[in-house]
Amino acid sequence: MTQPLRRTATMSGWGGTAASTATAVEPDSVEQIPAILKESATHRGVIARGLARSYGDAAQNAGGAVVTTDALDRILQFDAQSATIRVQPGVSLERLLQFLVPRGFFPTVIPGTASVTVGGAIASDIHGKFRHGSFCDYVETATLVTPSRGAIEISATQNPDAFWATAGGMGLTGIVTEATLRLHPIATALMRVDTTRCADVDACMEAMVDDSLGERYSVAWIDCTASGKSLGRSVLERGEHAPLDEIPANRQPDPLRYGHGMSVPGPPWAPSGLLNPLSVKAFNELWFRKTPRHPHRGYVSIPGFFHPLDLVRGWNRIYGKHGFVQYQFVVPYGQERVVRSILEQLAQHRCASFLAVLKRFETQNDGMLSFPMPGWTLALDIPVARSGLNTILDSFDEMVMQAGGRVYLAKDARVDPQRLRVMYPKLERWESIRGELDANRTMRSDLARRLGL
Amino acid sequence: MRDALGDVQSVLVLGGRSEIALATVQLMSAQRVQRVVLAVRDVASAAADAEALRSNGCAVDVVAFDATASAEVHAEFVRTVCEHTDIDLVILAFGIVGDQTVADDDVVHTLDILKTNFTGAVSVLVPVAERLARQGHGTIAVISSVAAMRPRRANFVYSASKAGLDAYASGLCDAYAGTGVHVMTVRPGFVHTRMTEGMKPAPFATNVGVVAEAIVDGIRRKRNIVYAPNILRFVMPILQNVPRVVWRKLGA
Repeated sequence: MTQPLRRTATMSGWGGTAASTATAVEPDSVEQIPAILKESATHRGVIARGLARSYGDAAQNAGGAVVTTDALDRILQFDAQSATIRVQPGVSLERLLQFLVPRGFFPTVIPGTASVTVGGAIASDIHGKFRHGSFCDYVETATLVTPSRGAIEISATQNPDAFWATAGGMGLTGIVTEATLRLHPIATALMRVDTTRCADVDACMEAMVDDSLGERYSVAWIDCTASGKSLGRSVLERGEHAPLDEIPANRQPDPLRYGHGMSVPGPPWAPSGLLNPLSVKAFNELWFRKTPRHPHRGYVSIPGFFHPLDLVRGWNRIYGKHGFVQYQFVVPYGQERVVRSILEQLAQHRCASFLAVLKRFETQNDGMLSFPMPGWTLALDIPVARSGLNTILDSFDEMVMQAGGRVYLAKDARVDPQRLRVMYPKLERWESIRGELDANRTMRSDLARRLGL
Repeated sequence: MRDALGDVQSVLVLGGRSEIALATVQLMSAQRVQRVVLAVRDVASAAADAEALRSNGCAVDVVAFDATASAEVHAEFVRTVCEHTDIDLVILAFGIVGDQTVADDDVVHTLDILKTNFTGAVSVLVPVAERLARQGHGTIAVISSVAAMRPRRANFVYSASKAGLDAYASGLCDAYAGTGVHVMTVRPGFVHTRMTEGMKPAPFATNVGVVAEAIVDGIRRKRNIVYAPNILRFVMPILQNVPRVVWRKLGA
């Protein structure tokens, strides 16, 4: 067996904050993983890193080892009969889409970017505009290499504790070396999208709860700079995989052609003050105005609906050298006032949020650290180059916690560890399962250190 | 760990009775600080300061530290303090002003100032930086002084010691680039403290609160050099270029 490549590298998350330096280990086969875990047991541990789209410090490990999964990117087996696919952890969702869509299938849960790996998707139990489940609900089975129990098969029925500790477990239970995903059949590669302008946040929520369209996906882009009567004015998009008979005639001959379109690079550098309350307000005004006043229906490509931001590679750099945090929380239904109150205070503090996205969930799974729960989830991008931000966000955390909600660990870069324990009541249970899988805490990350996990 | 907004969880203060350092830690303790280590010459003297920090919910250790001890002693000290946990932030805050009039006639006093402020500081910075590089992250805030930029007749031994420290910190910052360790030089102007009591305040004199805020802000923004008050960033380059004859006449 060859030795994996090692080099020293300084890493940060997508938000570009709190970088730290570690040894990047680049295995070229999954067979090398157990040996890497063994070697790392004595020195500041190890964590896996995929495409580094978690916003905070989840996929970095100061002074320790970071296993990059770039080379572990093989599609192992596709079975149209059972609608499943078996892949290695470094396979990206973009790669999955390119492979699956022309064959008439779709990964059931897909987030706002296709630049995430299957390994990372499991570790964060990611979600998207699909409101009936998160990624791990559609993981049929996976192989997990653990420091204490070696390689084990995990699924909702086999080693279920290990499975639900790994789903959303931020990579702290071991390294997934392969996974089998359950797929959704599609007839075309187009999305039917119904777009509606909503005058305020209440109208938006009301429209989102209205199920008359029976659509599979929904998302609202909220203008966080609007206040007063138009607080939370938004553009609501509801999408469904377009059936064959609906799509335009010119797409009929090849309905499953997956267009990944063109992408342009983001700026290599941007001044820290580029995104200020004024420019953000202008952008949001434009976004709102470009949407027709009356509801309309259109047909767009899969990336056009799911991954509009992927069109600009490296858009995160627009926040300048200090970077940004994405604040995402969920509160149960009945706690809509928390969403409203946080929007109000954001407008008040002039916390320029370039992008704010409101979605909703209808289910939650048994993942002990999984984020989704039935309710509303709001995600905000906030530049960090201002003082006092932690105080503002702490007050949001408090409201969310009191409402029985939680913040999303894949986005988090600053939550108070004590509040986290209240937000995730199954955390203690998770710790005891983790103790069985990794008795000596070989799996370590900066996030784990920061939150005392 | 330091979080995305620059708040840290553990702090080591070298010179734990420094009012500037204590005010900085006080300010930070309202956020995420969980553990503070105050390294002081006389452990008993820091009891009240430690208690004040504990009341903010921090775990505080007070440990004995002699800036003029040997390099071996300093290395052992750093090993002990950092043995079981990471240190996110180290504030190097010890130093003496000394008495220039005494130093004028007494080389022993001159060397004492240099031994504490310069060689003492360097000999503890070496193992501190090595340790932070091993843990892959950390910030070192070195309290220098604007005196390092233009020595004055009235305290040039102090200025010389800070100039040495300032240059060393700047080089250390470059040497550890790419290791996760960030070294920040803090250059306060005249600060009203115990140390400067009875001295004639210089222009732009400030208080510890302003310096503490500048330090916290500098850590958050990963600044290489912080001035307090900030206006000195623009004033000092001018003063550095004042012709010597004029400088003497100014009685500086």
